[in-house]
Amino acid sequence: MVPHWTNGTMNLDASIGLQRGTLRIDAQLSAGAGETVALVGPNGAGKTSCLHAIAGLVRLERGHVRLGMRLFDDGSVTNFVRPEDRHVGVVFQDHRLFPAMSVVDNVAYGPRSRGAGKRSARATAHDWLERVGITKRNEKPAALSGGETARVALARALAYEPDMLLLDEPLAAVDASARVALESALRSHLANFEGPRILVAHDIGDALALADRLIVLESGCVIQSGTAEELARRPLSNYVADLAGVNRFVGHCRDSIVTIGNTELTVVSSVIGDVVVTLHPRAVSLFPERPAGSPRNVFELRVLHVESLHDRNRVQLTGSLPMVAEVTTASVEALRLCEGRTIFAAIKATELVVSPH
Amino acid sequence: MTGHTHPPPRASIVAVIAACALIGLPLLGLALRAPWSTILDQISRPEVFRALWLSIECSVAATALSFVIGLPLAVWMASETSRWTNVVRAFVLLPMVLPPVVGGLALLLAFGRNGVFGQYLDAWFGITLPFSTAGVIVAETWVALPFFVLTTESGLRATDTRAADAAATLGAKPWRILTTITLPMIAPSLQAASILAWARALGEFGATITFAGNLESTTRTMPLAVYTALESSPEAAITLSFVLIAIAMAVLFVLRKRWFPTGRTAR
Repeated sequence: MVPHWTNGTMNLDASIGLQRGTLRIDAQLSAGAGETVALVGPNGAGKTSCLHAIAGLVRLERGHVRLGMRLFDDGSVTNFVRPEDRHVGVVFQDHRLFPAMSVVDNVAYGPRSRGAGKRSARATAHDWLERVGITKRNEKPAALSGGETARVALARALAYEPDMLLLDEPLAAVDASARVALESALRSHLANFEGPRILVAHDIGDALALADRLIVLESGCVIQSGTAEELARRPLSNYVADLAGVNRFVGHCRDSIVTIGNTELTVVSSVIGDVVVTLHPRAVSLFPERPAGSPRNVFELRVLHVESLHDRNRVQLTGSLPMVAEVTTASVEALRLCEGRTIFAAIKATELVVSPH
Repeated sequence: MTGHTHPPPRASIVAVIAACALIGLPLLGLALRAPWSTILDQISRPEVFRALWLSIECSVAATALSFVIGLPLAVWMASETSRWTNVVRAFVLLPMVLPPVVGGLALLLAFGRNGVFGQYLDAWFGITLPFSTAGVIVAETWVALPFFVLTTESGLRATDTRAADAAATLGAKPWRILTTITLPMIAPSLQAASILAWARALGEFGATITFAGNLESTTRTMPLAVYTALESSPEAAITLSFVLIAIAMAVLFVLRKRWFPTGRTAR
C-alpha cells in the first residue's frame, strides 16, 4: 500500500468543537507532515479529548478534522469517518495493550487489520519489536515493565503504518529510570515517521525534548502556539510562563522603568505603556546579604519552596515581586536555602525582556 | 479486601435462621425419607435414565440456542445504538417474570398444530412442535433465554471499552473487535450466562408440560418424571430429586467465584 503522505500534502487541519461536561472545547490544531507538535496544557484542558476527536473516538459537535485531502468529521453524521477507517495510530496514555494476547500478537494486530496474513503480520511485529528493543515477545503484556509496555504500545501503533501518529503522554506511566532511554527511542522513531505527529504532554520536558512546535491548550482553547523559544520569550499567560519556566510580570513601562504594583523594575526598553516583562529563572541571582555595587534590581524576598529537579533547583520566592529562581544544588547549600529564609534577588536589566501587552 | 467495617444489626440473625430453615428443612425432609438402600437400583432404572438423558439433550440444545440468539441480542442491547433497546429488553425479559405455564399456553396457541403460526409450520414444512422433543427445546429456550441475555448484557456493560477503542484505532472493524477483544473479555460472563440458562432449562416444568406434554422418552424430562413418579412411586420421585439436587450443587460449585466473593478471591 502506498502511503498517502508521499504526495506531500498530508497535513492535519483540525478545528475541534466539543462539549465535555462543563468544558467547552474550541481548538484549532494543525500539524504538517514530518512535524511533531506537542499539545500541552494543565489537567482538564481538553488535550486528550482533542486527540480522541482526531482519532475518531469522539465525534465533533462543531468544526472539522481533515488529514490531507480526506475529511474525517465535520460534525455531521454522513461525513463521520469511523476510527478504523482513518489510519490514525494512537499511543494511549494507559497504553491499552490487549491483556489476553501475547506481546507479538498485540503488535501484529494492526497489520492483520490491514489484511496481512498471520505469518507476515507476525514477521512485521517481530521487526518492530526488534526496533524498539523488546525481547519478551511471547509473554502477555502483564509481564512487562512500564517502559517496556510503552515501547510495545509505540511498536503496535507504528506497525499499523498509520498516516498520522497521536501520542497521549507516552512517558507518563513510565518510571524515571526508564524515561531517558525511552525518550531518546521515541525521538528517533518520531523522526523516522513521515506523517504528522501530535504528542500530548503534561510535562514540559517531554514536549521540549520531542516536539518541533508547541500548542498550549487552556480550558479548551488554544492560548498560544509556537516553538519553545517563542513561548519562553513572550508567554501569553501565566500558565505558559510557568510551563516555559520563565517569570512573567505585567506592568506599565515608562523611561525604562516598569512599575508593577508598588515595585519598580529597571529595564532596557523604550516602550511606553502596558508591557509584559519576562525573565528566565536562571537570570535571577540570589545573595544572603544585600549585594553592593551595580545591580539596580534588587528585591528582598522570602523563600516559599525549593523544588529540586534532577539537574537544578527551582526556588519559589515571595514578597514584593514573587518570582522563581533557578540555582545549582551547590548554591542551595551555600545559601542555606530553606522555606521561610529571607534572601536578596538581583536581576540585570539586560536580562529582562519587555514586550507590549 | 477489608469487608464490612460496620457490624449488622443483631436482629438480622433471626432472618438468617429463618431463611436457612425455609430452604434447608425441606431438603432435610427429602434426605430423611430417601430410600437410601435402593437408591442405586432406582437410578439405574431405564425410565430414569431416559428422563435424565432427555433432560440433558434438551437443556443443552436450549442453552446452545440461547447462546446463538442471545449473544448477538445482548451485544445489540448493550451498545444502545437504537431507541428500541428498552422495548426489546422488556420483551426479552417477559418470560422471566411470566408464569411458565402461561408461556407454555402461549406457545401452544401460537405454534400448536392448529395454532396461529403452527398450522403453516405443519402445512408448509411438516414441522410439528407440540408433543415433540423439539417442542421441549423451544419451551426451555423460551424460559432460559432471558437469563442468558441479562447476564451477558451486564457483562458487556461492565467491560472497559478502552481496549475496543484501541483496536478500532488499529483498523479493526466491529466484528473483529467483538471476536478478538470483547468476547475474550466477557468469557466469565458468557460461562455464567450459559450455566444459568442451562440450569433454568433443566428445571423447566410448566411451559414444557403445557406445550410439549408428558410423553415418556419424548418429552418427559426430569422435572416431569419427578411429577409423574410422585403419584405411582414416591421413592422414585425422591431419587430423581436427588439427581437434580446434585446437579444444582455442581452448578453452584462451578459458579462459586461469581457468587462467593471472598477476601482471597481477587475481584
